[in-house]
Amino acid sequence: MPLNSKPDALLLELKGLTKRFPGVVALNAVDLSLAPGEIHALVGENGAGKSTLIKLLCGSYVPDAGEMQFDGAPYRPESPLDALKAGIRVVYQEFSLLPYLSVAENLLFDSLPRRYGLLVDYRKLHERARALLERVGLDVDPQTPVEHLGVAQCQLLEIGKALSFASRLLILDEPTATLTPREIGRLFGIIRDLRASGVTVIYVSHHLNEIFDLCDAVTVLRNGRRMVSLPVAATSPPEIVHLMVGRELEAALATHRTAAEPAPGPAALRVQDLRFRGNPHGISFTLCYGEIVGLAGLVGSGRTETLRAIFGADFRDGGEIYRHERRVRFDNPRDAVKHGVCLLTENRKEEGLVLPMPVRVNVTLTDLSRISQGGLLNARTEKTIAQKWVAELDMRIASLEQAAINLSGGNQQKLVMAKWLFRNAEVLMLDEPTRGIDVGAKAEIQDLLRRLAAAGKSILVVSSEVPELVALCDRILVLWRGQLAGEVQRQEATEERILSLACGESIAGAGAPSRNINEGHSHAQGRSPE
Amino acid sequence: MLREDRPNKVQPVEARSDAVGTAESRAARFTFVQRVLREAGIGIALLLMIFVFASLAPHFTDESNITNILTQVTINLIMATGMTFVILIGGIDLSVGSILAFAAMVAGLVLKSETLPVPAAIALAVLTSITVGMVCGLVNGFIVSFWSVPSFIVTLGMLNVARGAALEVTNARTLFEFPNEFNAFGTATFLGAPAIFLVALVLVAIGWAVLTRTVFGRLIYAIGNNEEAVRLSGHNTFFYKVAVFVISGLTVGIGAIVYMARLTIASPILGSGFELNAIAAVIIGGTSLNGGRGSLIGTFLGACLIGVLADGLILMGVGDFVRQMITGGVIILAVIVDSYRAKLAERTR
Repeated sequence: MPLNSKPDALLLELKGLTKRFPGVVALNAVDLSLAPGEIHALVGENGAGKSTLIKLLCGSYVPDAGEMQFDGAPYRPESPLDALKAGIRVVYQEFSLLPYLSVAENLLFDSLPRRYGLLVDYRKLHERARALLERVGLDVDPQTPVEHLGVAQCQLLEIGKALSFASRLLILDEPTATLTPREIGRLFGIIRDLRASGVTVIYVSHHLNEIFDLCDAVTVLRNGRRMVSLPVAATSPPEIVHLMVGRELEAALATHRTAAEPAPGPAALRVQDLRFRGNPHGISFTLCYGEIVGLAGLVGSGRTETLRAIFGADFRDGGEIYRHERRVRFDNPRDAVKHGVCLLTENRKEEGLVLPMPVRVNVTLTDLSRISQGGLLNARTEKTIAQKWVAELDMRIASLEQAAINLSGGNQQKLVMAKWLFRNAEVLMLDEPTRGIDVGAKAEIQDLLRRLAAAGKSILVVSSEVPELVALCDRILVLWRGQLAGEVQRQEATEERILSLACGESIAGAGAPSRNINEGHSHAQGRSPE
Repeated sequence: MLREDRPNKVQPVEARSDAVGTAESRAARFTFVQRVLREAGIGIALLLMIFVFASLAPHFTDESNITNILTQVTINLIMATGMTFVILIGGIDLSVGSILAFAAMVAGLVLKSETLPVPAAIALAVLTSITVGMVCGLVNGFIVSFWSVPSFIVTLGMLNVARGAALEVTNARTLFEFPNEFNAFGTATFLGAPAIFLVALVLVAIGWAVLTRTVFGRLIYAIGNNEEAVRLSGHNTFFYKVAVFVISGLTVGIGAIVYMARLTIASPILGSGFELNAIAAVIIGGTSLNGGRGSLIGTFLGACLIGVLADGLILMGVGDFVRQMITGGVIILAVIVDSYRAKLAERTR
């Protein structure tokens, strides 16, 4: 039970909160009330205003209109420090860890135990760090530098960092994106303990099953407006999806391929004994035109490394690549692009787009020769081409001059696809194309991939969401520790079969993976009705 | 190709056309205002400064003084043009002052050659100076790009190497008594303006066109913003990273000739500290030291501002030392304004 002396008083109350950006109202007169000791889910498509709301709460943005009341007093944070002082702590989707400092130093960075007021008391530091690590279930030495940790471990560390600090309101932004079912279970336990001690939690997630499992109430945002705030017991996942998307998702998902599937075309790309850097095993497979091939595997199994090695983005230890059954050399991305092979990396912000530059520039970046004569750019041609691809991929943008950084995740992903389609790429390799994208945009991207395959492109998709691969792919290659553990055809593709291959059961028998499994939990959305 | 096969388009474009239309015009207006403010800020500062000096400093508006300002601005403007390319891609070139001296000394020897007829000697000297500049730039760019070392360190090394080379060429002797035809160029006027200033203007114009109107310029900006994304888009980023240093060397080679013609001598101690003036012009002009953002128009205005400030303060009788302090203050102020602008852009996101 909440320890607060006034159990019916609200901890946080927002009234008419509004934030405008050039060309958009990111948050439009939003009201929200949170009781002490409540776990409140915040859902909505990307661009619905969740991040804006969080940034207003933690003082990164200043609202244009509206009021905030925290713990019965007006709350007007000018900076993140004000929010911390008030007892509001945020665990962001993007990590804010210092890679060269140790786990312990990162955990307790804001309150390092001191000796004589000057020196860091390392004994006490490691002691406290160990307790926090145990609480979040992270089994690493507190002295390990953070740069050696995996993504899931970093996520747990961020949560531990938030726990080192007695907060009144804890905001968790997509905390489970990289966690295994076991880790998620433990996280939920921690959150429930916090609730019992009176801490209020705002839980942002795309995964509705988690929300219905964990949260007390849910608020749906759409296009910057609050659609509804409901107790979880009074609603259902389909209703929430409907409120988030504002259209029937089934219609989008129903475009799944029919049974009368044309046979895949001729071989587009063949990889022979490819060994990405540091991998002793060779990987061989063939991609054909007109098919979507999935690449599954646990975190650390070498999915991303395989794609990057084919593309020439990273060095290879060996292997041959054949395009149209002719041996080719991809020494760098330039060679691959010249042969019509492209890679959409998992970090579209860091590696896919030139974020501060306009949409127009990002679309045409892959082939400037087509918008220029003798090295001189033709602004009109460029605009026409960019316009065409924006319409073709149904991108929602304010203008062609809008910087890519201001687009939502789904539109950014479409922008990356647009730039490669403009380049006439024939073999598209996509690394986690729907990660961090909302339900509606996810369906659109999947739909787009199907249409591209139907139009004859050859597609290779890496995804951590096995249901997505099952719904999308003609066949699925499964990697286990840098080797090809097996291939599953569409007809026999089930989550169980793929996971068992990914865990090395066909190769090692008892080879229990030491790495994280992040494909384990099923996702309420993004799953095909199949 | 795609359009025909998409019966299940999730949302038709037409359905949203009104909403997009208004949002688009608003966003377009905003970026226009933003762009004008970015470039106009420095322009307004320059106009204000000219106005203040015109009313306070005696003889500021005299024709001879204006000619003097333009002459003073010329060298810095030429060097800052190349520097803008380097800074836009996220680098820095500290070696330009030393390379200027080295190029000048080699070109000076060619000019004084007694075996060549005068016109040939002049042509060859110009060619030599530019070649020396470009080769030094090539070395800078190659080392920076091939070994991925910070350009700050590499060009700091080149600063010393080129200065040493300049001293070594004539064993620290100063060269003078160049052909009269050559020296005349330094004081020649064309359409009422110093000819050397027009050379600088032409360079700025060409540089501006290259940066804003060509594939080359587009990629300089893109690499300055996100090199990895450009590399993964299939471009040869190595080429562009080397090329900007070669361009910087090219402008230094031209700057060396212009400077020699004006001074009628070539000395190995020429140009020391010029790198800082050039960087100051670029920064005051609003180009970001992180790369990817800025323009040559800004650099042009920045160089003019530095020149006007120095000249106006001299006319008002401000001493050398105080003048240096004020110029330094203006550079710091420009960086503060720039950071404020960046923050503003982030807030309005």
